[in-house]
Amino acid sequence: MSDGIQRRVVSLWFPQLASDRVLRQHLIDAPFVLTLKQKNANRIYCLNGDATRKGLHRGMSYADARAFCPSLQSAPADPAQDERFLHVLRRWAMRYCPWVGLEGCDGLVLNITGSAHLWGGEPAMITDMRRRLAHAGVSVRIGVGDTRGAGWAMAHYGEGIAPARDMLGTLAPLPVAALRLSDDMSVALQRLGLRTIGDLASAARAPLTRRFGPGLLLRLDQALGHQSEEITPLADPPHYGVRMTLPEPIGLLSDVMAGTERLLVQLCAKLKAQEMGARMLCVILRRVDQDEQQVELRLARPLRDAKRILPLFERGLSEAEAGFGIDQLRLEATQVESLPAQQISHVSGRASDKLDDLISRLGTRIGLENIQRFLPADSHIPERSFIIAPAAYSDPQSGWSSANPRPLCLFPPEPIAGTGPHPPNRFRWRRMSLTMGRATGPERIAPEWWLSDENWRTGLRDYWRVETKQGRRLWLFYTPQNPGWFVQGEFA
Amino acid sequence: MYSPFLHVFPPAGARTHEVCGSGAYGFAFALAARLGGQMLWVREAWGAVQLNPSGFSDFIDPATLTICDTKDQKDVLAVTEEALRSNAVALVVITLSQPIGLTEGRRLQLAARDGKATGLAIIPEGMGSNAVESRWRCSPAFDVKDSTLQKWELIKNKSGTLGVWYVRWDTASRRLTVVSPAGE
Repeated sequence: MSDGIQRRVVSLWFPQLASDRVLRQHLIDAPFVLTLKQKNANRIYCLNGDATRKGLHRGMSYADARAFCPSLQSAPADPAQDERFLHVLRRWAMRYCPWVGLEGCDGLVLNITGSAHLWGGEPAMITDMRRRLAHAGVSVRIGVGDTRGAGWAMAHYGEGIAPARDMLGTLAPLPVAALRLSDDMSVALQRLGLRTIGDLASAARAPLTRRFGPGLLLRLDQALGHQSEEITPLADPPHYGVRMTLPEPIGLLSDVMAGTERLLVQLCAKLKAQEMGARMLCVILRRVDQDEQQVELRLARPLRDAKRILPLFERGLSEAEAGFGIDQLRLEATQVESLPAQQISHVSGRASDKLDDLISRLGTRIGLENIQRFLPADSHIPERSFIIAPAAYSDPQSGWSSANPRPLCLFPPEPIAGTGPHPPNRFRWRRMSLTMGRATGPERIAPEWWLSDENWRTGLRDYWRVETKQGRRLWLFYTPQNPGWFVQGEFA
Repeated sequence: MYSPFLHVFPPAGARTHEVCGSGAYGFAFALAARLGGQMLWVREAWGAVQLNPSGFSDFIDPATLTICDTKDQKDVLAVTEEALRSNAVALVVITLSQPIGLTEGRRLQLAARDGKATGLAIIPEGMGSNAVESRWRCSPAFDVKDSTLQKWELIKNKSGTLGVWYVRWDTASRRLTVVSPAGE
C-alpha cells in the first residue's frame, strides 16, 4: 500500500433504486411496489418506504402483498431501464471524483482519494451528495471507509464515515454479513457464535479457512485493508464528433468543403480506430450571428472513407445559408455501425460501391427509405410473394422461383363482366372490348387463413392466363365461393 | 428494305430512348437483360401498378433492380439525371405521366452521354419528347403457337431507318428471337 496519501472510498447504496426511478416520473404518495415475474409468480421486485412500513418485503408474492395492503399500487419492473438509470447516476457521480465504478446492480463505488478536500472535507462532500440525491428523489445510504469492503459495510450496515486508518475499530460491532458474504455463510458463522466482525477478526484464522475456504478471510482482509481490491471505472463510450473554430468567418462553398474535408479525415481516423463506420453524419455550421445551420447526410451503408463521403456532402452544404459568414464547423457521426476491417481479395471485391454512393446521393433528395429493392418472401399469394425493403438497409437476395408464369405487373383487382367458371369469350376491360384467344388454367390459390387480408375475403381464387386476340395477355381470376371475374395483372 | 434488327437493338448506348404501348414493360426488361448490370427504375410513388419480381425474374435477376419512389415528376427527372450521370447503373428506366419539354429531354440526353448509361422513358402514347434518340411502340401480339410474341415498331430514329419487327422472348436462354413477319 502507499505510504503517502490514505486511500478513501465512498460507497453509495440505492436501496430503492427501481421504485425511485419510476416514482421520479410520477409521484405516488401511497404504498408502491414493482413486480417481476419470477418462478412463475409475480413477486415484489422493489418497494418504497410506505410499502415497507406496511410490512411488505422483497421477494413476497404480489397476491399476498395485495391481501396485506389493499391500497397497494404497482407497476411492472424493468431491470434494463434500472441498469441504464444506474449508469446515469455513475455519470453524475463523476462530479465528485474521476474514479467511479459500479457496485452490483444497485450501488456505486467512488475512489475519492485526494478529491475530498475540493468539497471541504468528507462530511461536506457526503452532505452535498445527500442533498442532491434527495432533490432528485433517489434514496441513498452512504458509507465511507479506507477500502471498498469497508465502504460497502458502512453503507449497508453502519451508514457514516469510518475514521481513517482504524477500520477494525469501526467495523468491529457490525454483523458478519457486512463483509459481503453469502447468506449461508453468515448463518453458519452465527451458529458458531461469531456474530460480529470483531469476533471474526479475533478468531483463529487456520480453522476458519479450513471450514469456509479462503473466500471468507479474503473478504475480511479486503475490508480491513490487508488485501487490495480494485475499483474498475467504466470507459466512456467513444464520441464521434470533431470541430474546428475559424479565426475569420468563411462563406464560399469551396472553403466550407475544405473545412469539412479536414474534419472528415479526423473523424474517419477515429472511426477506423474503433472499427466503426458512420451511417448518419451531421455538419453543424455556426454563423457569426450565432445562428446554426445543420446539414444531415444519411449513407446507404456504413462508411469511413473521407474521399467517398465528402462529395456526398456537396449538395447539402450548397443549400446552407452562410449569412455573414461561418466561424465554426462541427462534424458528428450521429449514427454509427460496426464496420470490421476486411481482407481485400480478388474474389469477393465489392463492385457495388458506386451504386451505394448513388443511393446515398439520391437519398439526400428523395429520402433514403424511398429507394427500395425487392426481396423474396415466403408466400404463395402473388402480391405477398415479395417484400419491398429500403435498399440501404437490406442486402440483395436471390431465390426467386415460380412454378407457373407470373405477370410482369400487378394492379388492384379490376372487376369484369363474366359468369361461370370458364373465362368469358368476350369481355370489356378498361373500355376495350377483348376477345379470348387462348386461356390457360385454372391455377387455384387459397387465401392464407392465418392472416386476415381484406382483399382475400372473397375466398379461393382460380387464376387463368388469358391471351386475347387483340394481343393483351391478362391474368384473370374467378372466385368460385363468391362468383365474379377480375383482372389482376398483365404479362409481357 | 428493313434494316437488320441487330442494328437497332439494343438501341444506342449513352443515349435516352422512349417506349410506349402496352408492351413497354416487356421492352424495358428485355433491354435490361440485353445490357446486363445494375438497373434503376424511377417512378412516382402514387402509381397503382406494381412490378412483380416473380414475373420479371424470367428476364433479369431481381437483385439487380433498384426502385426509386419519388413524389412528383420533377423529382423523377432530377433523380434520373443524377443516376444517368453517376456511371453506376447500366440502365435507368423512368415512367412518365406527363410530357417533358425539350430542355428536360436534352438534359437527360447530356447526362446519359456523360455517364455512358442508357436511359429509357416509358411514356403514354403520343407524349414523346423531341430530344430522344429513338422511340419504340411495343404491343403484344396474338399467336396460336406462342405466348410471348411481341410487335415492336421503331417509330422514331435519329440515326437510321424505321421498322417493324416481331420478336419473342425465350425464357430458358433469356434472349430475344426475331421471327419473320410473313407468319401472318
